[in-house]
Amino acid sequence: MSEKLVVGYDGSAASDRALNFAVERAKKEGGSVLLAHVLEWSPYSFLTPQELEERHKRRNEELARAKEALMDPAVARISEDGVKVETEIRYGHIANTLAAICSDTNATQIVIGRDGETSIGARVFGSVASSLAQVAPVPCTIVP
Amino acid sequence: MYRNLKYAANAAAALALTSAPAWAQDGGIDERVNEMFANSTGWFVSFIFSPFPGTSFPWIVAWLVVAATVFTLYFAFIQFRAFGHSISLVKGDYSDPNDAGEVSHFQALATALSGTVGLGNIAGVAVAVGIGGPGATFWMILAGLMGMASKFTECTLGVKYRNEYEDGTVSGGPMYYLTKGFAERGIPGGKILAVMFSIFCILGALGGGNMFQANQAHQQISGIVGEYPGWITGVLFAGVVFAVIVGGLKSIAKVTEKVVPFMGVMYVAAALVIIAMNADKIGWAFGQIFEGAFTGLGVAGGMVGALIQGFKRAAFSNEAGVGSAAIAHSAVRTKEPITEGFVSLLEPFIDTVVICTMTALVIIISGQLVTDPETGLYIATEGGMLQTVDGNTGVSLTSAAFASAFSWFPYILALAVILFAFSTMISWSYYGLKAWTYLFGEGHTKELVFKIIFCIFVIIGAAANLGPVIDFSDAAIFAMAVVNVFGLYFLMPIVKAELESYLSRLKSGEIKKYT
Repeated sequence: MSEKLVVGYDGSAASDRALNFAVERAKKEGGSVLLAHVLEWSPYSFLTPQELEERHKRRNEELARAKEALMDPAVARISEDGVKVETEIRYGHIANTLAAICSDTNATQIVIGRDGETSIGARVFGSVASSLAQVAPVPCTIVP
Repeated sequence: MYRNLKYAANAAAALALTSAPAWAQDGGIDERVNEMFANSTGWFVSFIFSPFPGTSFPWIVAWLVVAATVFTLYFAFIQFRAFGHSISLVKGDYSDPNDAGEVSHFQALATALSGTVGLGNIAGVAVAVGIGGPGATFWMILAGLMGMASKFTECTLGVKYRNEYEDGTVSGGPMYYLTKGFAERGIPGGKILAVMFSIFCILGALGGGNMFQANQAHQQISGIVGEYPGWITGVLFAGVVFAVIVGGLKSIAKVTEKVVPFMGVMYVAAALVIIAMNADKIGWAFGQIFEGAFTGLGVAGGMVGALIQGFKRAAFSNEAGVGSAAIAHSAVRTKEPITEGFVSLLEPFIDTVVICTMTALVIIISGQLVTDPETGLYIATEGGMLQTVDGNTGVSLTSAAFASAFSWFPYILALAVILFAFSTMISWSYYGLKAWTYLFGEGHTKELVFKIIFCIFVIIGAAANLGPVIDFSDAAIFAMAVVNVFGLYFLMPIVKAELESYLSRLKSGEIKKYT
């Protein structure tokens, strides 16, 4: 089975580094890349009635924006390198959802970047990278 | 009984006048607003609360009791049968993971709750217990349990007949199910009912959803910083409401939506602590509640007096049968309208059976109501209000009850009241707006007109006295229930068909958990 590398991608410099790493690996080993973007979302958050009314519309807008502004340019770039690429945009808790994407798509590896955040917030609540290291169902590579 | 109610209202007004403000007596702006308001709404209030001929029983209370009973029996105690399934739905056990990012059952419930949990639970219960005695609590709980079936019916219909527009937004509520549901069943008159509902919904939004809130928020603030004219609070509140609903200032609404649930939990926790501290009195308190429910224990009107107060306050607090929740619940993402019905039946349970009961228990246990040492009965004053330790009524009665255990609690309560009042106003401004746009069509200017009217009523509400405001608030909200419940009787077979189809598919395993 050829490699399938899931890349957690949010357009940041760190996620670009992760993407480059994954593309290099895929080229060497003849695998493919799955670009995954997760929109942070909790079904237990509170919304005003007005927000409830517009939620479906906003969701469509958010998905369209993520595809156009984030995924399409990245896909174009990877395709130039001749690597096979798919995309996946989902809502949810970032680390858990990335893990779920790995399971659902039979990925062989997940690659994400980290920005070396050492703020209090990251220490107390943990970062996406550290959470993912805990929950990933496949080998997890964290690109500095 | 109607006379008693009027007495009660007058007594409340009199108490508010005697208990303080010099500014009210020198004929200030507040006094004029109050007089004008009482004069212009009196006829409407009289009609809604008129008793059956030859009795003292207001027909509107019977209307709601009968409705809740009919729905409970028609759906064979669905509120108890489906309680566990409702909780599963809220937890998201049956939600398609691919729908993440859409409105969840939990969110629809939480938003609807933030519109109903509020002053009704704090001040309304105090009014009920202050007039109807501890026995009112029994009837309140009963009304809450039965009201779950009413809520189930209306919220299922709210989702089933909502309008879904091309851009993905939705509009739902009684005005839509009355129109579409009646048309589907080939019954004429749906449109007329929808228009009537919309008119009453606008009045209810301005009354219970606005003026009552502003009024009680002012009472809280002035209780802490000292008396000052109500219109000042009104202008301040109106300014903030204006900033949110007209200016689209989301940050204020966001903060409120996050703090309100926290306040709700804290309120219940504080009540539980007080009840636990008086654990030895719990048995006695329930004894008072049961005995009072059937004898009145000295309250004006006896058992019927306690019953009316209990039912009235329950309906005002959880809004079951009123139709407002159907507007809030209709935005949920689900393929099965009935699932939102299941979820919504938790609303009267949380609101009335849990939170209202906490308030009532704290007031009773803390000994706020004065009893006659000889007879052990409560002492009804001339106006029908029961005598309390410091002559407190409404929210100040609840405040005094909590203060008996924690002297600092009134400050927390004041903050909670102000935030609850605010979140209820935001919810009701939306309900009112939906009714308004149903009547007059959508459009920026039309919507702006309603929003400005809404803000003006915030000022009137804060400036007027409790009596006339509470009368008008009740009357407007009950008028919504008259139209809504009438429509529900015709539409309930549709809900039953949905229910049977859903339950059979649930049983056969066609509908199953995702997790």
